[in-house]
Amino acid sequence: MDLFLNQLFNGVSLASLYLLASLGLALSFGLMRVINMAHGEMLMLGGYLAWATLLVVPGAAGILIAMPVAFVGAAAMGGVIQTVLIRRLSARPLDTLLATWGVSLVLQQAARDLFGAVGVEVRAPAWLEGSVELAGVVIPTARLFIIGVAVAVLGGLALILLKTRIGLLVRAVNQDRMMASATGIAVGRVDLAVFCLGSGVAGLAGVMLALLGPVTPSVGQAYIIPAFLVVVMGGLGSITGTTAAAVILGVFAALAQLFVDVSVSQMLLLVFVVLFIQFRPQGVVAVRTRQLDA
Amino acid sequence: MTDALLEIAGLSAGYGGSRVLWDVDLNLMRGRATALIGRNGVGKTTLLHAIMGTRLASAGSLRFDGTDLSPLPPERRARAGIGFVPQGRHIFPQLTVMENLETGLSARGGRGTGGVPAHIFDLFPKLYDIRGRAGGFLSGGEQQQLAIGRALAGEPSLLLLDEPTEGIQPNVVQQIEAALAHVRDTLGMTILVVEQYLDFVWRFADDYVAMQGGRIVRAGKVAEDPAAEVAKLVQI
Repeated sequence: MDLFLNQLFNGVSLASLYLLASLGLALSFGLMRVINMAHGEMLMLGGYLAWATLLVVPGAAGILIAMPVAFVGAAAMGGVIQTVLIRRLSARPLDTLLATWGVSLVLQQAARDLFGAVGVEVRAPAWLEGSVELAGVVIPTARLFIIGVAVAVLGGLALILLKTRIGLLVRAVNQDRMMASATGIAVGRVDLAVFCLGSGVAGLAGVMLALLGPVTPSVGQAYIIPAFLVVVMGGLGSITGTTAAAVILGVFAALAQLFVDVSVSQMLLLVFVVLFIQFRPQGVVAVRTRQLDA
Repeated sequence: MTDALLEIAGLSAGYGGSRVLWDVDLNLMRGRATALIGRNGVGKTTLLHAIMGTRLASAGSLRFDGTDLSPLPPERRARAGIGFVPQGRHIFPQLTVMENLETGLSARGGRGTGGVPAHIFDLFPKLYDIRGRAGGFLSGGEQQQLAIGRALAGEPSLLLLDEPTEGIQPNVVQQIEAALAHVRDTLGMTILVVEQYLDFVWRFADDYVAMQGGRIVRAGKVAEDPAAEVAKLVQI
């Protein structure tokens, strides 16, 4: 029972990482129908920025300063990619796929040249090194912190999307791009804001990954495939669906590891998503309107 | 400043290799309502989209209030003062009625202040009652009122409407007619309305333009030419 509860917790912890890694993808795909293959490198960038920040500001508060630094740094990089590349290829989705894959390779190689192939270690502050015991399950504080950050990011995004003017415009562009434009909404600026926001959240995810293991040039690659699976299963662009799918896949992957090893659990994850999409192609959350019901 | 708010000259547009509009010339006079009529497929909707910028013209010029519209994307045209009520209404389905109206405020750009103008709820009181309901769950009539309200929220000087009475019950059609007449008469708004329901436009429009095969074949004043005669000409 303890083993099951322990894996269940690990599942929730993994889900929070999947969620942080996939929210940006869901936002940019939902709005621009762009598949950004360089999204994993925003995680990597966030990890390296956390490492660099902790070099400058060691101590207990370092990680709290690293989070906004990684967010802003990754958001800025996302903004550059969107402005220089994606905006110019907006009518050619397949070319965008290839171009962002190219960016992904360039960024990985740049990290390899700058920081080496082995990777760098981010040492978690003392207040994140302990653990707490809950219902007989020993829970590392760092993992609890990551879950807390994921919940806070989700809450923050919900607040931005539902309660602010820019959130309203994002939802309008998401639902009907042509009409949004004809209503006077500057769709190009909305695209840029969302791409920066999504990249920033990925940068934050990179800080969380850095708390769990070394930051390497390919650290983002390990999470990008599950992140794509989460977005597809969530219903392509739906934040609610993305959250539900992250929880389902995180818990599924962790519980599968009760019976099989990690590699097989990854394979089972893929099979699970393929079967899920076979029976529910619209994803976890589908848009319902009067017209669609008719 | 000329009396024409919108001046269209030699406008051509189409879809891929297929040309739909052929050298269209049209001037819309300030403060007047013009009905654009013709059978399905003659290019009426394409002309509205070419004016709005949601379909690019392949040739010709569009001048709005003295400004060349050609290089401007749709959002800049909306901010210049063009409001659009497209066919099918294009309500944002997951936004509430109030949120749909608030999106319309974007078209003001630097013009105007404050929230959704109160006169929109005077024109369409039902919208106030259902302001918290999602747009996708409204009836066709409610959606049409909302689409017009959203365009009016941007305080445009030119309002483009594409078949606003299509599939709408008679009492709502009367409300739409009263609202359009009101914004023209009290706010001086210029209106271009695509419509096949001639009784509706002949009641409130000032001018008409008849299209056939992507060209304007006749234009005149509603008061001078009987609807039946124009209907016979354009075979509707």
